[in-house]
Amino acid sequence: MNVPAALKRITDQVWELPVSYKEGMLVPARIFASEKLVREMDAGVFEQVSNVATLPGIQRYAYCMPDGHWGYGFPIGGVAAMDPGTGVISPGGIGFDINCGMRLVLTNLTADQVFPKLHQLVDRLFARIPTGVGCHGFVKLKQDDFRSIVQQGSRWCLKNGFATQEDLDMTEEGGCFSGADASHISDKAVERGYNQLGTLGSGNHYCEIQVVKPENIMDAELAAAFGLTTVPNQVVIMFHCGSRGFGHQVATDYLKLFLSVMGRKYGIKIVDRELACAPFHSPEGQAYFSAMKCAVNMAFANRQVILHRIREVFSDLFHASPDELGLRMVYDVAHNTAKLERHEVNGTRKELLVHRKGSTRAFGPGAAGLPGCYAKTGQPVIIGGSMETGSYLLAGMQSGADAFFTTAHGSGRTMSRHEAKKNFRGDKLQREMEARGIYVRTDSFGGLAEEAGPAYKNIDEVVEATELAGLSKRVARLVPIGNIKG
Amino acid sequence: MPYQYRGDIAHADVAFDAWAKTLEELFRDAARATVQVMAENLEGIRRSQTVEVKLTQENEEMLLFDFLNELIFYKDARRLLLLPAELTIMRGESGVELRGTLQGEEIDPARHEMNTDVKAVTMLRYAVEKTDEGWRATVVLDV
Repeated sequence: MNVPAALKRITDQVWELPVSYKEGMLVPARIFASEKLVREMDAGVFEQVSNVATLPGIQRYAYCMPDGHWGYGFPIGGVAAMDPGTGVISPGGIGFDINCGMRLVLTNLTADQVFPKLHQLVDRLFARIPTGVGCHGFVKLKQDDFRSIVQQGSRWCLKNGFATQEDLDMTEEGGCFSGADASHISDKAVERGYNQLGTLGSGNHYCEIQVVKPENIMDAELAAAFGLTTVPNQVVIMFHCGSRGFGHQVATDYLKLFLSVMGRKYGIKIVDRELACAPFHSPEGQAYFSAMKCAVNMAFANRQVILHRIREVFSDLFHASPDELGLRMVYDVAHNTAKLERHEVNGTRKELLVHRKGSTRAFGPGAAGLPGCYAKTGQPVIIGGSMETGSYLLAGMQSGADAFFTTAHGSGRTMSRHEAKKNFRGDKLQREMEARGIYVRTDSFGGLAEEAGPAYKNIDEVVEATELAGLSKRVARLVPIGNIKG
Repeated sequence: MPYQYRGDIAHADVAFDAWAKTLEELFRDAARATVQVMAENLEGIRRSQTVEVKLTQENEEMLLFDFLNELIFYKDARRLLLLPAELTIMRGESGVELRGTLQGEEIDPARHEMNTDVKAVTMLRYAVEKTDEGWRATVVLDV
């Protein structure tokens, strides 16, 4: 039991640590969760979310989502909005895997059509989408081409035959954060990442084949609007990956830079070095913001190139074009970013720098920046559960304004990787999952064991908590039948 | 065991403590702990490629940070699993200097029992300290 005595219950799903909880807190910290989820949270959540509340310029509250768990700097599930005029930008509020995110893709195939070819499908995806430690991609690039990609994101993919205009329309920010300037990235970051376009990576990154069962539709109207119920037991594809070594190097480069200037040049004191930061409008802060956008764009392009490969595999196996198979994107959401957005603070709308670390933007109906087809529904939110249990499609809600329109990003871990590896065996888990109807391919049985279902919180409880807190509404639960993981 | 993984200070990431009599041994052990997160059997890594490394930092702590990041860099840029072969660490006028060689080979999933990718060295609970017995480090890796 890690819950601090100072934690106050504000409503059924909202908990608060007051500013008196820790010296230096500028705002209270708020955690969205059911009582059960709060009691299960590790000590790191309370320590880290209250640390975030000490950062200069933070507005309203430091937040943590229901899937929150121990991270570095911010907790995973952490959200903080800074006044860009007086506040800071912190790589520890974004993460090393900048724009790690989720993409959900429809098909018009039914589970009955896919089951006979499931092994072939998963095997071919595993063969065609590079996974695992240090994997390189199939798109051969010069380093200068890579510099164009990080400035253009999915737009580069459109120009080079890896995307459709509709793919870009269905991606957060159209698949490109503007203002990405490659002069702010190191040669080392380019060298580390330019071979990795179109690769999944490892850890909790995966590509999953899922089924939308009729009994798992929670909101028929929204499900239809998102294209989920065109056929019974519809097959969809969900995948999760980020900016790979390039983004990791960008974050490392600027973590070091911020550590060196933060105290000496700007007189900022922080409680955890992983919260290293710089004033947003400083030369270092602006350089990182631009470099971070480069990594965001790399991740959008990475997921786009992977989608291209997925289309090729489906098309070859089912002898039909991607259009005939209905391979269309529902949406692409980013988990680890900082963005300038307009939100209400004390009754006034103002521009804020919103850090989201292991959390998802979830704009409600009518929000600017959503594609026209989602103007009335709110933004699709893709929540990846553990590979054993299932995932969710949610929709942003108008009541989400309190948390700057942000919701959870996944299940959230309850068990360390170290402990999971002691408790589970990857090869045994693979056999057990197949017996339960989930065919998994992996480069690493050790990595598979670390991702076992019991290492994660109950996804049903997490998404229910987001709905009860008014952050995102459940649309459908998606059940896995095939998975490739790194 | 000159290093030990910890499950108590990071859930999604990997934490370890390393301790040694000399700074060079500490760096060697921390490198092994980092690479073993990615490849289970370190003895199975053939020493067929050599990379020179030369780093300077203001203190031992940031030097280890840079050193572990070199291993992570080569894993992505050249798909190399590298371990320290020779290392010398000296204190000079401009700070602490490391010179040495790393040896290893390209990742081969058929031969190396691969685990989980290391993305970065974090600053969470990060520490390199001189102790009565020698040196000690605590490192949390983002995976």
